[in-house]
Amino acid sequence: MSTHETTYIGAVMEAIDLEMARDERVLLLGQSVGGRPDDPFVQRYGENRVRVTPISETAEIGMAVGAALAGMRPVVDATMAEFLLVAMDQVVNEGNRFHHMSGGRVRVPMVLKAGYGFTAGWAGQHTGSIYGMFMGVPGLKVALPSTPADAKGLMASAIRDDNPVLFLHHYLLTLDRGEVPDGEHLVPFGQAVIRRPGADVTLVATGWTVPMALAAAATLAADGIEAEVIDPRTIAPLDTATVLASVRRTGRLVLVDQATRHASVSAVLAAEVAEAGFDALRAPIVQVTGLDAGIAYSRPMEEHVLPDEAKVVAAVRRVVEYSGTRV
Amino acid sequence: MTDPATDTAFDGRGLGTERLVELYRQMVRIREFEERVKRTFAEHPGVIRGHTHLADGAEASIVGSVAALRPGDQLTATYRCHGYPIALGSDTAAMMAEIYGRATGTCGGYGGSMHLCDPERGFLGTSGIVGQGIPHATGAAWAAQIRGDRDVVLGFFGDGASKQGAFHESLNIAALWKLPVVYVLENNSFSAGVRTEQEDANAAAGEPLATKARAYSMPGVTVDGGDPLAVYDALSAAVARARAGEGPTLVESRVYRLSAHGNSIAPPGVPLHYPEHEAISRFGAVEEYEAAKRGDPVPRFRAALVAGGVLSDALARSILADAAEEMQHAVDTALAAPFPEPAAALEHVYAEAPA
Repeated sequence: MSTHETTYIGAVMEAIDLEMARDERVLLLGQSVGGRPDDPFVQRYGENRVRVTPISETAEIGMAVGAALAGMRPVVDATMAEFLLVAMDQVVNEGNRFHHMSGGRVRVPMVLKAGYGFTAGWAGQHTGSIYGMFMGVPGLKVALPSTPADAKGLMASAIRDDNPVLFLHHYLLTLDRGEVPDGEHLVPFGQAVIRRPGADVTLVATGWTVPMALAAAATLAADGIEAEVIDPRTIAPLDTATVLASVRRTGRLVLVDQATRHASVSAVLAAEVAEAGFDALRAPIVQVTGLDAGIAYSRPMEEHVLPDEAKVVAAVRRVVEYSGTRV
Repeated sequence: MTDPATDTAFDGRGLGTERLVELYRQMVRIREFEERVKRTFAEHPGVIRGHTHLADGAEASIVGSVAALRPGDQLTATYRCHGYPIALGSDTAAMMAEIYGRATGTCGGYGGSMHLCDPERGFLGTSGIVGQGIPHATGAAWAAQIRGDRDVVLGFFGDGASKQGAFHESLNIAALWKLPVVYVLENNSFSAGVRTEQEDANAAAGEPLATKARAYSMPGVTVDGGDPLAVYDALSAAVARARAGEGPTLVESRVYRLSAHGNSIAPPGVPLHYPEHEAISRFGAVEEYEAAKRGDPVPRFRAALVAGGVLSDALARSILADAAEEMQHAVDTALAAPFPEPAAALEHVYAEAPA
């Protein structure tokens, strides 16, 4: 397979471009797409299919639902994940319900693309890792790519999926570079990937915390602790089987998540493993999550509430050294 | 039968006797269907769960609107959705089965009264959340604009929905993009139990709700929703405009809902029923409600057709008898139909890729 190097966000746009070229039903709309004749997407696909919208999230997302009902495959660039909250009904209580409510008679193939987790001084309202409020909503799929290759492959799969997909790309990864397969590249939903094998402890991380977990694993390896790093890639559907199988090999689980603890992927995985893998655990499950607070503007406070490599390393050491008392 | 030379010349808008009678037949069928839904609460307690919302009083508006469409056109609606599929030709037995929660229902028992659809006939579905279907109609119209087949989409909603952001955002974009959509605002003077003039600035100022169209530089017309031919006229003009690529229209269709907003809301174990209309129960406006009953669009249209020589009393009686028989069959077959398998609840959560 031939590859080329590109950025994480470049990979996302590459997938949209390829899918728009492949299928004329794929549309792109949003407040920051198209809007000028020299926009490359407008030039390639025309202003009918690439439309800049007013700042009207409810209409943008609701119109995508309607266009999808009528046979199109719209991609809404919602810019920031928090902007979805303006239109929450359309995100979690409309398009995602229709296939089920109609007994399978209608389909709503659409993608909501939004950036999240912009913990770079954007303060309280533009920095959230808010996927926890979407991942348990029936009918809605949620993708959290952590690499350029997955960003491309998950976006392509999202566009071809016959369901509403929330595609959340991490702002702190935007300019990360990596090798991306040329041409068609599809990453299946609901299939976690083992980023690094290891026998001593299972580390699960999403998005921006995946490179953090890999860095922690490298540090731990120097001390002879082999961590297996798993990236679920999509959190709805969520591949708990791969996590459970890993925990059966390692007997230990540390979950890393940028979200606040009680609205995190880690809380869900902790519950699933505690219920289905209790007999395999040699130590309590430990979660390294965002702390239950808003994100403060000032850097020391922002950093304090986020997971980091040192917190992950420390958590793994506590779990590995566990001897029957509290971790 | 129409004789233009007589005093009773009837302006049938060129629809011809057969289509005029068909409009009346559809109105009667909608009324009869809704009556049977309502009667189910008393005759078969517990068969209908949750919340139903009846279209009685809006039959002329529904039928007159749908008559302006051609194959390929589409529509979306609200939780008050029983009338549109009947006008489009959906199977009333399957609709009743859906409302009774049966596996043979329009949507297999997944949707119920509030979420009927019939995509093969152009009925894309409903949102049960006030106003939230308006962008769906707008988006379907965007799809139609891209297809370029000059299809038109009707978005039906109530007066209450015109206070939602979804309404205003959608009208702005539809006018901006000249989308082929007609917004049919069925103004029944009540948002559930609140009078329109209590919550609408236009109504409070004594202006029609169609005034809102001016804010979005689109035509806004108000029409007597009790007259199917007046509605047909308004919709035909709006649909023609949309089809010609000239953009959306807001049509305010003045109707009077003849039943309460919906059946009573109660926890399981408490029998459900249709309460008294809010005009009486909340506002004591007995005469207003009685006047609305006297203006009932179904007998009104029958009288107009009979007076115009389009419809005979005998045919009118047989249309009613046929509708009664059809809806009796709908009730009987729905009552006899099986419930879905419990585990079917887990199907259709996600759409699978077509084989």
